[in-house]
Amino acid sequence: MQINPLKVLRHAKTLVLVFSVFLGVSILFSLSKGYVDIPLKEILAILTQGHQVSHPESELFKTIIFDVRLPRILTCAFVGAALSVSGVLFQGILLNPLADPYTLGVSAGAAFGASIAILLNLSSNPVSIPAFAFAGACATLFFVIFLSYSAKLPARGLSSNNLILSGIIVAAILSAGISFLKFIANEQVSVIIFWLMGSFSSKTWANVWLVAIFLMVGYLISIFFARDLNLITLGEKSAASLGVNLKHVTVILLITGSLLAAICVSISGVIGFVGLLVPHMVRMLTGPDNRALLPMSMLTGAILLLWADTVTRAYLPHEIPIGILTALIGGPIFCWIFKRSRMT
Amino acid sequence: MALKMDNINFSYPGQPVLHQVSCGFNTGQIHVILGPNGSGKTTLIDLMAGLSSPGQGQVRLNHTPLSTLSRTHLARKIALVSQNYNIRFPFSVKDVVLMGRHPYIDRFSSPSARDRAMAEDAMASTGIFHIKHKKVTELSGGEKQRCVFARALCQDTPYILLDEAFSSMDIHHTMHLLRILKQSATHQDKTVIAVLHDINLAATWADTLLLIKSGRVIDQGPPESVFTEENIKQVFNVTPRVAFNEFSNSFQAFFKA
Repeated sequence: MQINPLKVLRHAKTLVLVFSVFLGVSILFSLSKGYVDIPLKEILAILTQGHQVSHPESELFKTIIFDVRLPRILTCAFVGAALSVSGVLFQGILLNPLADPYTLGVSAGAAFGASIAILLNLSSNPVSIPAFAFAGACATLFFVIFLSYSAKLPARGLSSNNLILSGIIVAAILSAGISFLKFIANEQVSVIIFWLMGSFSSKTWANVWLVAIFLMVGYLISIFFARDLNLITLGEKSAASLGVNLKHVTVILLITGSLLAAICVSISGVIGFVGLLVPHMVRMLTGPDNRALLPMSMLTGAILLLWADTVTRAYLPHEIPIGILTALIGGPIFCWIFKRSRMT
Repeated sequence: MALKMDNINFSYPGQPVLHQVSCGFNTGQIHVILGPNGSGKTTLIDLMAGLSSPGQGQVRLNHTPLSTLSRTHLARKIALVSQNYNIRFPFSVKDVVLMGRHPYIDRFSSPSARDRAMAEDAMASTGIFHIKHKKVTELSGGEKQRCVFARALCQDTPYILLDEAFSSMDIHHTMHLLRILKQSATHQDKTVIAVLHDINLAATWADTLLLIKSGRVIDQGPPESVFTEENIKQVFNVTPRVAFNEFSNSFQAFFKA
C-alpha cells in the first residue's frame, strides 16, 4: 500500500470530487421521489429556469420542490454533514475512536430543553423548541467542560477520560430529568417522544440557512485546525512539544463540535449513529489524516442521511422517524466494522 | 549553562512535587536524571519542555525565560519523547515521523522535499525504514518507541528531552539510539536530557548525572563523583557495590539477590 502524502492528497481530491457529484445526483434523485413523482427533466427545467414556468402542472411541481422537498432535503444533507464533521472532531480531541457528537451529553441537554419547551406549551411558536433545545445543549456542554476541568493537567486542563465520564454522568442525570418531564407531561408526552426520535418533515428555508451557516463556519474552523488535530491524536504532550497550543485548539474544537451537534439536534431531533459511523467508514477510505477525513466525512454524512431520509419519505409505507432508521441501519453496520477491526 | 533551572518550586493542588530545584545542563552533552518512582522526574522534564510553568523560579534557555517563548519557537528548540508512546489512530510510521517537521511547515502548505528527506534519514538511522508504510497501531511497543524517537530526531532541535524513551526497547536498539544521541551531542552540539531507569546504562552513557529524590536535588555532576555507593543508597534505598568496570569503561553498580 502506498502512503505517499502527495498521492494521498491527490487521491483525496479525486474522492471529494466523485462524492460531491454523487451528492448532487442524490439530491436530484431525492427531489424527484415522493408522494408525487416528478420527472428529472421537469426538475432540471424548474431549477434552471426558475420563474418562467407556465403550465399549471409545472406550477404544482415548483411548489412541491421549493416549498416542501428542497428545504427538507438540504436540511437533511446539512445535518448529516454537520453531525459527521462533529464526530470527526470528537473522536480526534477525545483520542477515542468511539466518541460521537453526543459524547458530551449535548443530545440529552437538547432533549431536556426541548421537553421543557413542549411541556410549557410553547410549541405553537416554531422557534421556541429549537431555541430551548439549543440552550439546553449549550448549558450541558459548558457544565461538562467545567466538571472535567482539572488543574493537574499541565498542557490543556482537560483529559479525554474526564470529558467522557462527565458527559456520561450529566447525560444520565438529564435523561432521568426527561423521564420525569414525560411523566408529568400527560397528553404532551407523545409530542416529546416524537421530537426525540428525530424528523426532517416540514423543514423550512430558515432551518436550511441556520444549519448551513453553522456548518460552514464549523467546517472552516475544523479544517483550519485539521493539522493540529492530527498531532493531538499523538497524545497531549507530544502535540504540545510539536508546537500545538493545546488549550486553545482543544477548547475551540470542542465548542465547534458541540455547537454543530447542538444545532442539528435542535432542528431535527436526536439522530444517532451518523456522527459515530461516518468517520469510521471514511477512515477506511482515506486513512486517519483529518485534512482528508473532514471533507470526506462531511460529504459522506450528507449522502447517507439524505438516502436514509429519502427511503423513509418516499419508499416506506409509513414514514419512520429518521432517528430510529439511522440507529436500525447504523447500529448493525457499526457492529460489523467494529468486529472486523477486532479480527485483523 | 545552556538550560538552567533556578530555585524551582512546583506543586499540584495540595501536593508539592519539586522543592528548590536548581540545576544546569551544558550543550553538547548527555545528561541523565535518576530517581525513584514519584520523585518528580517527569514533572522536571515537563517544566523543561515548557509544558507547565513553575510556581516559583524560572527555567531559562540560553538566559531567556521559557515562559517568554512562543509554542512554535519552543518546538523548534526542544523536542520531547514522552513516556506515553501509544497512538490510537492508524497513521503510517512515515506520517508520524513527518509530524516532527510540523513546527517548520506553514499551516496550509505541504512538507518540502527537505522535510521528507529528514524524515527518511530519521527513519533510516533508527531502523524503522523498512516498516515506514506500516500503521503505527500495528507495531510492537519497542517499534512504536523507535517511531516516536525518530519523530523527535526529525524535529531537528538543539535540545532533546527523553522521558523513559527506551522503556520497551531491547538492549540492541537502546544502545543504538544512545549511540545516535552521543554522536549528535558530540558532533552537532546537541543537548540531551534523559530520564532513565537503568542506572548502569546511565553511568555508562551520561556526561552528567542528576539525582533527585522526593522533589529535591541530591547531587549533580559527572558519574565519577555522583555515581557512588552512598548516593545510590540514599536515593534508591538499596545497598549496591560500585566498582569501575574496564569493559564498559565506567562505574557500575552491583546488587545482592
